[in-house]
Amino acid sequence: MSTLTYTLTDSSTMLRRVLRHTTRNPSTLIMAIVLPGVILLLLNYGFGGAIRTSGGRYIDYLVPGIILMGACYSASATAVAVATDSSQGIIDRFRTMAIARSAVLTGHVLGSVLRAMLGTALVVLLALAIGFRPTANPLHWLAVTGLAALMLFAIAWIATAMGLATGSASGAASLAAILQILPFLSGAFVPTDTMPGWLQAFTANQPMTHIVSALRGLLTDTPVGDHGWIAVTWCAGAAIAGYLWARTAYRRRRDR
Amino acid sequence: MPDPSLPPAIAVTGLRKSFGEHTVLDGVDLQVAPGTVFSLLGPNGAGKTTAVNILTTLIRANAGDVWVAGHSVAKEPDAVRAAIGVTGQFSAVDPLLTGEENLALMGDLHHLPRRETHRRTTELLERFDLADAATRRAGTYSGGMTRRLDLAMSLIGEPRILFLDEPTTGLDPRSRHTMWQVIHDLATSGVTIFLTTQYLDEADELADRIALLDHGTLVAEGTPDELKRLVTGGHISVQFTDAASLDAAARALGDIPRDHDTLTLQIASDGSVASLKALLDRFDDRSIAVEKLSIHTPDLDDVFFALTGHTDTGASAGDEKATTP
Repeated sequence: MSTLTYTLTDSSTMLRRVLRHTTRNPSTLIMAIVLPGVILLLLNYGFGGAIRTSGGRYIDYLVPGIILMGACYSASATAVAVATDSSQGIIDRFRTMAIARSAVLTGHVLGSVLRAMLGTALVVLLALAIGFRPTANPLHWLAVTGLAALMLFAIAWIATAMGLATGSASGAASLAAILQILPFLSGAFVPTDTMPGWLQAFTANQPMTHIVSALRGLLTDTPVGDHGWIAVTWCAGAAIAGYLWARTAYRRRRDR
Repeated sequence: MPDPSLPPAIAVTGLRKSFGEHTVLDGVDLQVAPGTVFSLLGPNGAGKTTAVNILTTLIRANAGDVWVAGHSVAKEPDAVRAAIGVTGQFSAVDPLLTGEENLALMGDLHHLPRRETHRRTTELLERFDLADAATRRAGTYSGGMTRRLDLAMSLIGEPRILFLDEPTTGLDPRSRHTMWQVIHDLATSGVTIFLTTQYLDEADELADRIALLDHGTLVAEGTPDELKRLVTGGHISVQFTDAASLDAAARALGDIPRDHDTLTLQIASDGSVASLKALLDRFDDRSIAVEKLSIHTPDLDDVFFALTGHTDTGASAGDEKATTP
């Protein structure tokens, strides 16, 4: 077999391991669904009436933000899983075997994306059940799925790097919490134009604002504008940065 | 017995490693003949785990040549990895997978055909007395079971060289003896074994050759018997019924020091039958009654003490992550 075949075989072995973990320890998946679901209900029924968005109903405004938040929560589970592998010595066991170097990381990243995609789909179904009425056409839905997958891919690499860099479950969870704050400092739940000017300068330009605006435009059939390509660029950039960070952290183990 | 015409399974020259200012390995040379059991013996913090980590390609050395299975660990790490099995100090099993699944995972990563993985998995579970627990999650296993599973996982690729880093640390005596038996059997089947331990009796029991590592250098190397010959710790201990007999016996042997509290004499001896007989004859000639007698042959504890000046193996916890699980 060639190196490429080995890489693919080993990565799929590692992916199966991660997916099996998810079924064995479903709390990570349940949290990835329940938490965004609860926030969706809270914001929609609790705050929704008081929040004014330009035209349209609040729930249609809110759902893209919830998708983003779910993605950020999934990062925490991934970072903790990688850190646990790292501290329990199983990564070192893999490193003494003649297997593709990247396989264990690829397995975690792909597993994370699949788990989060499933969680996101279930949250969207819940939103539909309580009155979310997107007007996207099939092509837009495809674009939404693609952008969500790209975002989850980027977040998974960053989370994997966080897990490797911290090397302990608690450290990884704390570091990943930073990702969970970012949606609140974006246009995910409320329009940014009521925020103070200094904050707007940040919120209007941070990647999550662009991602959520692009998702919102696609789902509600309103113009996406520049948000689309800016969001894709950010996601691609973050994925590459996360990959390089993870690779460095993984290789650094040799020079301990 | 090793065949001297074969190249060594492991050859290390001038191995050095430091972490920042702290030197852990300071010029280690060693050779392990194929098919033998080699034990690296030393207290916590001596550098044993660091040596294993370098030999198994986990970390890089600062200097020195390290050859494992005929390949340089620095230049051809993947060729080395393909030939070795490693059971680290901390059990690296997947607690969420069952015992069976853990082994199957290893089989898949060795790119074995599915049927072969299944065959070896079944055989190893049987051999390591884990068949009943095969479908239970490894997270529910006892310490001894976890170690056995860990070892089984390193064997599924049928390695030629096996590294065992403190394989019995933290195990209860029964599990320890089971593990010894397993290691014995492996050695008989021709696998080269590189074993680290802080237990002298373990090295004595298992190893063909022992190297004593202390503060990053080898202070002695040889067969267990050769090492024991390095010290003159052998003596015969004789206890008498009363102080008069004790004094008479001590005088008969040239006024050697005596212990009045226990009425005992310690007489230097190689422990041979001839020397023992000569000694008892001398007491007999003088009609000195002997209450009790015991022969003390030097063990590795004596060697350890003689060479390192300390016996307390838990004393100097250094860079090695020394927390016993």
